[in-house]
Order: sequence, then structure tokens, then C-alpha cells
Amino acid sequence: MISIDFLDIRLDVIWSYRELFVRGIGVTLALTLIGYIGGFLIGLLVALAKISKKKWIRIPAKYYVDFFRGTPLLVQILIIHVAVIPTIFGHSLGPFVSGIVALILNSAAYNAEIIRAGIQSIEKGQMEAARSLGMPSGVAMRTIILPQAFRRMVPPLGNELIALLKDSSLVMVIAVNDLLYAGKVVAGASFRTWEPYLTIAFLYLILTFIFSKIITYVEKRFSNSYVPSSRRRIFSFGRSKGVDSE
Amino acid sequence: MIKIQGLYKSFGDLEVLKGIDNEIKQKEIVCVIGPSGSGKSTFLRCINLLEEVTAGEIFIDGIKVNDEKTDINDIRTEVGMVFQQFNLFPHMRVLENITLAPKKIRKMNPKDADELARQLLEKVGLSDKAKAYPEQLSGGQQQRVAIARALAMKPKIMLFDEPTSALDPEMVKEVLDVMKQLALEGMTMVVVTHEMGFAREMGDRVLFLDQGLLVEEGKPDQLFNHPKHERTKAFLSKVL
Repeated sequence: MISIDFLDIRLDVIWSYRELFVRGIGVTLALTLIGYIGGFLIGLLVALAKISKKKWIRIPAKYYVDFFRGTPLLVQILIIHVAVIPTIFGHSLGPFVSGIVALILNSAAYNAEIIRAGIQSIEKGQMEAARSLGMPSGVAMRTIILPQAFRRMVPPLGNELIALLKDSSLVMVIAVNDLLYAGKVVAGASFRTWEPYLTIAFLYLILTFIFSKIITYVEKRFSNSYVPSSRRRIFSFGRSKGVDSE
Repeated sequence: MIKIQGLYKSFGDLEVLKGIDNEIKQKEIVCVIGPSGSGKSTFLRCINLLEEVTAGEIFIDGIKVNDEKTDINDIRTEVGMVFQQFNLFPHMRVLENITLAPKKIRKMNPKDADELARQLLEKVGLSDKAKAYPEQLSGGQQQRVAIARALAMKPKIMLFDEPTSALDPEMVKEVLDVMKQLALEGMTMVVVTHEMGFAREMGDRVLFLDQGLLVEEGKPDQLFNHPKHERTKAFLSKVL
């Protein structure tokens, strides 16, 4: 028997709860963007630690990545919410903070590997040339290696952004009022099943679609060529003076 | 100017340099030749410590290079290096490639650095390429930019690591011409090269390395025309 429910979709139910969904989108976007930026910055530090010559810096970074890539995100969220943060601060800082912290730490581990691989993909000669001019290794890393490496990292870092957007839904288990949470609340309140979950699925799809469009733009901007005139100029950041003089 | 004593270098079990002594004087052009795997590139790279020295001592202007107390970055600002693969910074324009180190390390103000870079580009014959990116240049042009980039730090010594080996034949001359000009201006140069013509014409002294040892050294005429050692003779008979 086909469920009568399915044949009788009631969009007016969704519409009457629209504020919940809108707030859910806002929370999901906040989780994703803060988590991504935080995860990128910490990931950069972890990546640099992982390629450090000093063992006492390199080994902890390796264990960090192993732990956060080797355990389920859901478990990490729960540990951080019910154990780590209450232990450090004496009380909970609220589910949103716990959720953000878990997402940052988790995505940092994945980003660290992407960034490390990107750095190591740059030819050894680049670092040697910079060092031979008398640049300390930190200056060489910042001005020579990282600007080149970031171009190569754009596609995998873009994948991480979309993965994080979807993974952020896991924070629902600690009652962060994100988009998935909104769907569940509406389902409970309205006694409807199809409409709320299909709605949030559709909304997630729209969000990932928008993000993937942005990523495609950035990828084109950072195409293989460094020569400005032979790449599409979508954003104006970066070098642009004298572009047309050649 | 450069004093090398008992220079020994190994990569794990592989002994690349087995005790080399030499002294390079100011304004001297020293060419290092030898078969591939003889350790000549490693020898050069030890001078500015791009390779860690396993044993032995290197002095530049009386300062011990491979000493923990020595700031290697200070030494490197005085020792320019040109690589086989050019190693220009591909994300920067030619001008920025040249001005970067003077600005960052010598704290030169941007205007002076630009002026210096333009002078150097003129010297290497690339005045019109200041705004180009390295990928828009030919190999020979890139190598000349690389020479200008090294010269921008006003080094006392220039090291050349097979500077023409990655070039198409028709571009070799333009790079060698720049090097000759530099030699005539009195730069102290150590050149690892397969260009026997250059070594013969410009070298004050030629070192022949084989299997990690300095087999023979001498003036170009003496080494090329009257080699003493069998290994030198065998090598020269293959390349000349």
C-alpha cells in the first residue's frame, strides 16, 4: 500500500513553520563558515607542524590528525560537548559553541593533510632559491611556497567546504538548532514526515549548489597560468597592475 | 675568499665527497668539471650550506660557514646562486623576482629596489621583460633573470650550478655571455659546468672531480691540454 501521506503533500504546513527553517539555514551557514575558517587556520598550523624538522612538534600534530580522522565526527561532538568543555570551563558553553569547536577541530585535521600535500608538491628548488638569497625559512614559506601551494589546494579545499556543510548536520545530536534540527522539530510538531525532511534536503541541496558554484569560480580564477591576461578575471584581488601592457 | 678544508659529505651510506681541500681567491673564476655523480654539484651546494656538511670546514671571508653560531642567512646574502632549473618564482613578475630579496632581506626601499632591478635587467639584456611572468620567457631568458635576481643582493661570490645544462643549445650562448661579462667585471665565481669552452676561455683555474675526490686542478691550458691523471684524460677524451 502506498502511504496516503505521500500523495497528500501539504506545503502549507512547511510555510507556517518557515521561520524555523530560515533560522536553521542561518545556523547551518554559521556553523559551516566559522568551522571552515577556523578549520583552515588551525589546519595550516597543524600542516606546518607536520612538516617540521623538530620531532616534538611533528609527532603531536600527527597524533592530532590521526585521532580526528580516525574517529567518527559524531563521537567527537559528544565528547567535546559532554566531557571536554564542561571539564575545562566547569559548565557547558551551550551546544552551538560545542558544535563549532568540534567542527573546527575535525575539519582542521582534514585540511591539514590537504595543506601539507600542497606545500610538499612545490618543487624543492623554490625553497632552495629563496634560501640561497638569504631568506629565513619562515619568510620563504610565506612569500614563495604558500602562495604557490594554495593554488593547488583550491579543488580539495573546496570539497572540504561542501563536506563540512553536510557534516554540520551532525551537531543536531547535541540540540544545536541548525537546519536538520528545524526539520525534526517541525516533523514532531506537525505530525508530518515527508514534508519537513524533504524540505530540508532540498534546502541543503540549494546550499551545496551555491557553494559549488563559488568553488568553480575560485578554481577558474586560480587556473594553471599565473599570467593575468590568460585567465578569467572574476575577482579583482591579487595582482592586476599593468595587466594589459603586454 | 673561500677556504675549504677536508670537506666530506655523505647521504646515508653513500659517500659523495671524500675530503676536498681548496682555496678560492677573490676575483678568481673557478670551473668545476667532472662526470655526473662525481659530486661537483654537491661540492658547490655545500659552500652556501644548501647541503649540510658531514665533516670538514668551509670559511668565507674568514667566517666559518658550517658553525652553529654563524647565521647562515647572513652568509647567503653574500653568496649568490644560479641553479640548473632557474627556479624563478612563477607567481611573481620578473621585476618582483629580482626586488623581493633586496626588499625583504636588505630592507631596501621599493623605489631603489625597482631602480636596481631595472639596471640589472638592462645588464642581462632583458629591459623589456620587467613585467612579464617567468612562464612567458624562454629558458635562456629565465636563466638571465635568475642571474639578475642573484646579483640584486650584491653578492661577493656567485655560484653557478650547471647554469646552461637545462637550456636548448641556441640559448646557451646568451647565458654564457652574461657570465663572461660578470667575470670581466671581477666577480668571484665558482661554476659547475659541462661547457668546456667556457671553462677553457674564462676559467682561471679548473677543478676536475671524480668519485668525490679532487683528482686534478690547474690552469685551463694545463688541465685540458696536458692532463696528468689517467681519469682526467679518460674524461676529457669523452667530452672534448
